[in-house]
Amino acid sequence: MSLYEWLLFLHVLAAFLLVAGLAAYGALVLGAGGAAARRALAPPAMALWGAGGIGVLVLGVWLALQVDEYALWDPWIIAAIVLWLVASAAGGRLSSELREDRPGSTRLLLAVMALATFALLVDMVFKPGA
Amino acid sequence: MLAIIRPDGWNGPLLVHVGGAMALVGALVVVLALAAHGWRRGDDAAALARPTFRVLALGVLPAYVLMRAGAEWIASEEAVGDEAWVGIGYGVSEAGLLLILVATGLAWRTSRRAAGSPGRAVAVIAGVLLVAYLVAIWAMTAKPA
Repeated sequence: MSLYEWLLFLHVLAAFLLVAGLAAYGALVLGAGGAAARRALAPPAMALWGAGGIGVLVLGVWLALQVDEYALWDPWIIAAIVLWLVASAAGGRLSSELREDRPGSTRLLLAVMALATFALLVDMVFKPGA
Repeated sequence: MLAIIRPDGWNGPLLVHVGGAMALVGALVVVLALAAHGWRRGDDAAALARPTFRVLALGVLPAYVLMRAGAEWIASEEAVGDEAWVGIGYGVSEAGLLLILVATGLAWRTSRRAAGSPGRAVAVIAGVLLVAYLVAIWAMTAKPA
């Protein structure tokens, strides 16, 4: 496998981890199961969302630097970084609200994370402006 | 470098396929976390039986349909041949459906009894599926000849 293929595989894998973290947060916030579900889902949700988020960003930037056709200032890459920041900010707040057990705006934060993540996927597939 | 020069017409089906695959893996990770926790901590097992079944029925199965529909759509657009990575994708997808249905049946039976846990069997099936999907993700991105 070439470096490009490794980077692409690991970048996509990180995106899968990110979405798995989102799914775990979703089941935690929207689903039933009470304290047992919280004990089962909170640690993997935080770990997957965190590891996936860092992996997507680092490997994505590396991929952009590696491929001649891409540049970090391409509109779709700038859009991806902005969406990543939005999703990460919402994820950080949701994580702390769940840790401190103050369910204020957990559903709203989850919706922001989900929309930003979906928009990231659309951006990655369609690459507007590339 | 195929991804870089992909025709625009493939983007819609690719979005459905990849989005479905991500939702499928995400929901399976939730199933694994719930089932493994119920297996390890018996006192939480009964409370986790119904959520485990619901995630399988309302998360994993619809995501599988989306992933597979996207795969068929993109395969018709792309006119893929019998390359190894396509075979890996179809093989994992078809064997995976069987395992998903077995896990859903086990989780349903336990949730109806309102006692016990499908934890061990469902956790093992979810773990096997996730390893298989890891291989499929590698095949889809690296596209081995």
